[in-house]
Amino acid sequence: MKIHEYQAKQLFAAAGIAVPQHVVAKSAEEAAAAFTQLGGPLAVVKSQIHAGGRGKGRFKEQPEQPGVVLVKSAEAARDHATKMLGNTLVTIQTGPEGKQVNTLLVEAGLNIARELYLGAVIDREVGKPVLIVSSEGGMEIEEVAEHSPEKILREHFDPDAGLFPYQARKLAFALGLEGAALRSAEKFFQQIAKFFLKHDCAMAEVNPLVVTKEGDLVALDAKVTFDDNAMFRHKDLLELRDLSEEQPMEVAAANAGLSYVKLDGNLGCLVNGAGLAMSTMDLIKLHGGEPANFLDVGGGANVDQVTEAFRIILADPNVKGVLVNIFGGIMKCDTIVTALLGAYDNIGIKVPLVVRLEGTNVELARKMLADSGKKIVTGTDLTDAAKKAVAAI
Amino acid sequence: MSILVDRNTKIICQGITGKAGLFHSQQCRAYAVEHRPGEDVFVGGCTPGKGGTTVDGFPVFDTVAQAREKTGANCSLIFVPPPFAGDAILEAADAGIELIVAITEGIPVLDMARVKRQMVNYPNSRLIGPNCPGVITPGVAKIGIMPGYIHKKGTVGLISKSGTLTYEAAWQLGNVGLGQSTAVGIGGDPIIGTMYLDLLEMFQNDPGTESILMIGEIGGNAEIQAAEFIQKHVTKPVAAFIAGATAPPGKRMGHAGAIISGGKGTAAEKQAALRAAGVEVAESPADMGAAVQRAIAKRK
Repeated sequence: MKIHEYQAKQLFAAAGIAVPQHVVAKSAEEAAAAFTQLGGPLAVVKSQIHAGGRGKGRFKEQPEQPGVVLVKSAEAARDHATKMLGNTLVTIQTGPEGKQVNTLLVEAGLNIARELYLGAVIDREVGKPVLIVSSEGGMEIEEVAEHSPEKILREHFDPDAGLFPYQARKLAFALGLEGAALRSAEKFFQQIAKFFLKHDCAMAEVNPLVVTKEGDLVALDAKVTFDDNAMFRHKDLLELRDLSEEQPMEVAAANAGLSYVKLDGNLGCLVNGAGLAMSTMDLIKLHGGEPANFLDVGGGANVDQVTEAFRIILADPNVKGVLVNIFGGIMKCDTIVTALLGAYDNIGIKVPLVVRLEGTNVELARKMLADSGKKIVTGTDLTDAAKKAVAAI
Repeated sequence: MSILVDRNTKIICQGITGKAGLFHSQQCRAYAVEHRPGEDVFVGGCTPGKGGTTVDGFPVFDTVAQAREKTGANCSLIFVPPPFAGDAILEAADAGIELIVAITEGIPVLDMARVKRQMVNYPNSRLIGPNCPGVITPGVAKIGIMPGYIHKKGTVGLISKSGTLTYEAAWQLGNVGLGQSTAVGIGGDPIIGTMYLDLLEMFQNDPGTESILMIGEIGGNAEIQAAEFIQKHVTKPVAAFIAGATAPPGKRMGHAGAIISGGKGTAAEKQAALRAAGVEVAESPADMGAAVQRAIAKRK
């Protein structure tokens, strides 16, 4: 689960992690008042969306307006906020459709001496959380990894004890920090590791992490995502979820116990199992089609779930046909066909439907399909089904 | 011959009084009865607080240690719900269970990090999964949720991150007259107990295994490590399929671990690494069985 930068900073502040002075604004007037309240000669107004690249991003409705802007007066804050709020910000990460900005974060400026990178993630291969730092603050860490991997430093930390002080110092020394900044870093790095563990983060990234001229480390940006599987023990964090940032059909699918990801193609697919669902997309592409979605109906495919799955797939106006690919295991093929036929009647499917079935009770299931009198094409194997589905569009 | 599971494997289920736990315990027992009539293969289960009862003929124990002592079990199949599954794995390890197969999907990744750290203290215990279909040695024992009849006896070692895709592969292998020595679902989570390397090594050393089919997916770099290992240490023919060539970056594709992050973990880079290691890579998921045949033919 993703949260906004302002929410991440509020959580940071509550955990004692240094963030710039900031005020959240939901209107142009609030943005102007925020500038005055911060009292500085300058402030930064930042669009709050769940995507990066905001500084270089521009608004659809206001092509001159960047997603992050430096202002030197309350009036300027108001003017820019007017152009930002309610408008659609397009960044390198949002896709061409962009995302509507409903909230701004107004922040006091800092005396920046250096910009660093800091991120905590799970290292899958080692099976431990890891703290990553780099002297190249403000750059995408993937880019640094590509061009100057020697500038990336890592320390794995214990999932209970967190990052030990010596580990934090090791990183701080390697970054060339000294004096007040060294002491500040030792504390900051440990706090981030502790934060990561306490909140079951999937990622906690601070880029850039600013070293001020006063020798303080301050989180100028904050990007935090949580482990969805751990949310059962963080009911408070669930309140930070912003459904307007999520694809509505993906939310509907999750609520129905389905796993769905919307893609840009026109051939919908309904599959049981995540690996087979991914493979079915690949297969469509191999045979010249474009998959419209990833959809895993999971193990318990009853009529209601399959109906909901079709509803979700067909809600996408791009979908011109659907390929159903089921490998019946414990879930028998005839059970799935019963659900399929029920869903067919419930929804009134108008686009071509190609079904490929294999596995437990497949003969019975095929007969049920054939006897149904419905316009359902069957594929004899994976390749045949994919070809027929692509041709049907 | 086989790996992980043989005729000495005795199974219990943790979470046997739950709906899924009981159903699959019954299925696994039925498989054992069909293939090894008269032998005790699936010997009971555990649910804390329900010790001393029985469920459909399975004796239920409070702790894994008691179950092991009374039944001689050396393998545990875990169906405990996600909040408690990490603890269940460690209980099994602490009781001396040698093969722990965790089916549970949805365990917090930090819980698995904690489990993984503790497992170091139990070098005789091996964890398969979580979020996996389990392990089957066809004709000997089924420890998981896979439909047993799809897996024919044979000589292909099968390793996979996915459930239904494994069934698909087993079925394709059957169509070309190939069965499996053992099929292992390693799981689709970011942190899993056993990765490709250990299993590749076991299959390489298993006289009953003549070739290997490895099914991976986007996310992480385990397949790339596997490719390096194959290059150096595996002399048997290897075929592979990587799911998710069309998956968009930054999106989780069903499995918690199936995500391309920062341009890393793509199907293309994994396929390239495997090809460079001499692995026969199937482009299409419909081609997995044939890819194994090609890999075998190339070595002859």
